[in-house]
Amino acid sequence: MPTSIVEVRNLTKRFGEFTAVDGVSFEIRQGEILGLLGPNGAGKTTTIQMLLGLITPTAGSIRMFGLDLATHRETILGQINFSSTYISMPYSLTVEENLWVVAKLYGLTNIPRHIDEVVKKLEMEEFRSKVTRKLSSGQMTRLTLAKAILTEPKVLFLDEPTASLDPDIAHKTRHLLKEVRRSAGLSMLYTSHNMREMEEMSDRIIFLQRGKIVTQGTAQEIMARFGQSDLEDVFLKIAREK
Amino acid sequence: MKLHRIVALITRHLYLYRRSLPRMMEIFYWPFLDLVVWGFITIYLMRFQGQLPGVVTFFLGALILWDVLFRAQQGITISFLEEIWARNLMNLFASPLKPSEFLAATMALSVFKVTAVSIVMVVAALVFYSYNLFLIGLWLIPFVLNLIVAGWTIGVLTTSLIMRFGQEAEVLAWGMVFLFQPISCVFYPIEVLPRWLQAVAWANPAAHVFEGMRLVLNQAALPLMHLAWATGLNLLYLALMVGWFHHTFSICKERGLLVRVGE
Ligand SMILES: Nc1ncnc2c1ncn2[C@@H]1O[C@H](COP(=O)(O)OP(=O)(O)OP(=O)(O)O)[C@@H](O)[C@H]1O
Ligand SMILES: [Mg+2]
Repeated sequence: MPTSIVEVRNLTKRFGEFTAVDGVSFEIRQGEILGLLGPNGAGKTTTIQMLLGLITPTAGSIRMFGLDLATHRETILGQINFSSTYISMPYSLTVEENLWVVAKLYGLTNIPRHIDEVVKKLEMEEFRSKVTRKLSSGQMTRLTLAKAILTEPKVLFLDEPTASLDPDIAHKTRHLLKEVRRSAGLSMLYTSHNMREMEEMSDRIIFLQRGKIVTQGTAQEIMARFGQSDLEDVFLKIAREK
Repeated sequence: MKLHRIVALITRHLYLYRRSLPRMMEIFYWPFLDLVVWGFITIYLMRFQGQLPGVVTFFLGALILWDVLFRAQQGITISFLEEIWARNLMNLFASPLKPSEFLAATMALSVFKVTAVSIVMVVAALVFYSYNLFLIGLWLIPFVLNLIVAGWTIGVLTTSLIMRFGQEAEVLAWGMVFLFQPISCVFYPIEVLPRWLQAVAWANPAAHVFEGMRLVLNQAALPLMHLAWATGLNLLYLALMVGWFHHTFSICKERGLLVRVGE
């Protein structure tokens, strides 16, 4: 059985009285894509931000590569990266300048080669020297994805990475992510509100609701468990309970 | 601390300045305008030279040195605001970057800023008002270094407040420093303050620098005591503020504010 790269135990986050993430445990194995599914406010983004060290958990532990995030922040963060439609990159810099800064931040050597590679992979040639302010939202998403894979992470956290992409680019992006996973043996944690994408991308799915895991397994297993032939129907069934 | 991460941040901000007119104006135009206004005031005051000896040397010198403190503070605070405006904080702090490296980079940037602004002001003072700041002599070096550190302290304080209280605190980036101006005794000697305020001012390193500057210009005495006080107080306050910044940073991570500043 492949080793687990990420181990989360009893992860809990309370903001004052409100519990956003409630005793969540899971692991991500080497090369695995784990889907995080759940209605708005379920705690997906909060979970990811705890894994990125941006929010301190109230309780529970996060281990990656066998190290505790609380005590090995620098080592762990250097080997992971993330992308989301919610983040942005400095507008006044060109695409290449932005990528250069990220590469330097993560201590890459031979930066121009890394940038050329990622620009080619994500088909960004036509806007690589453009100022970031002038990018369309789809191009912006590609740039934030580029910054995420540029640093050759071992785990990639993707919070709704395809939310603003047109179907063609979204399809290419999924293809690319699977390709990166195949060639680099990368693990991923993935959120999306697109059920078909979830089904296509994830090896395994965790369903979160009100901060708790309500069900998990492969898409097939989950659909069978709820007697549905479609993940969307499972989602509706769970989300509308109580 | 890793140098490459500090270099990355510095480069990011230098790229920013290269392509932005308002940001260049901040360095070249506003300080120049400041100097022009004060230059005219000094010319006017020169008519009373008899009653107020050395007024010219005081005013322009004080203005240029005050700007050193102000720009040093801004170098830190505005760099942080730039990251908020660019929604870049998440990218930075989900990377291996440490808060201390972030501060180191903004301090380096503030030195760039101070240097650029000072060159503009010193040259303009010389060309338009035949005023030579270097009259202060070699004492200028420890004075300027102390003012830079005093500016950093206020900059780190302001940055912590903005991080903690968000957008509403943004105006502090421009206003905070003026809270300290009355007790910095930039344009007047400390003895004009009421006695209780003098006590407060003596706890302010900048006041020691400006008092020291007046001593030198009056050729009254060596400003050694003032320099010693300024340096000691500066080191103490800077250490406290850096500690407080780290503390605020961890509170923000606890409350999930880091990912929301500026929203
Ligand atoms: N800093 C914070 N302070 C207080 N409450 C917060 C904070 N961050 C998130 N929350 C709350 O925690 C809950 C979970 O939010 P989160 O963003 O993790 O949901 P999500 O699953 O990502 O939802 P979506 O699908 O809408 O992106 C929400 O109710 C949200 O209001
Ligand atoms: Mg979310």
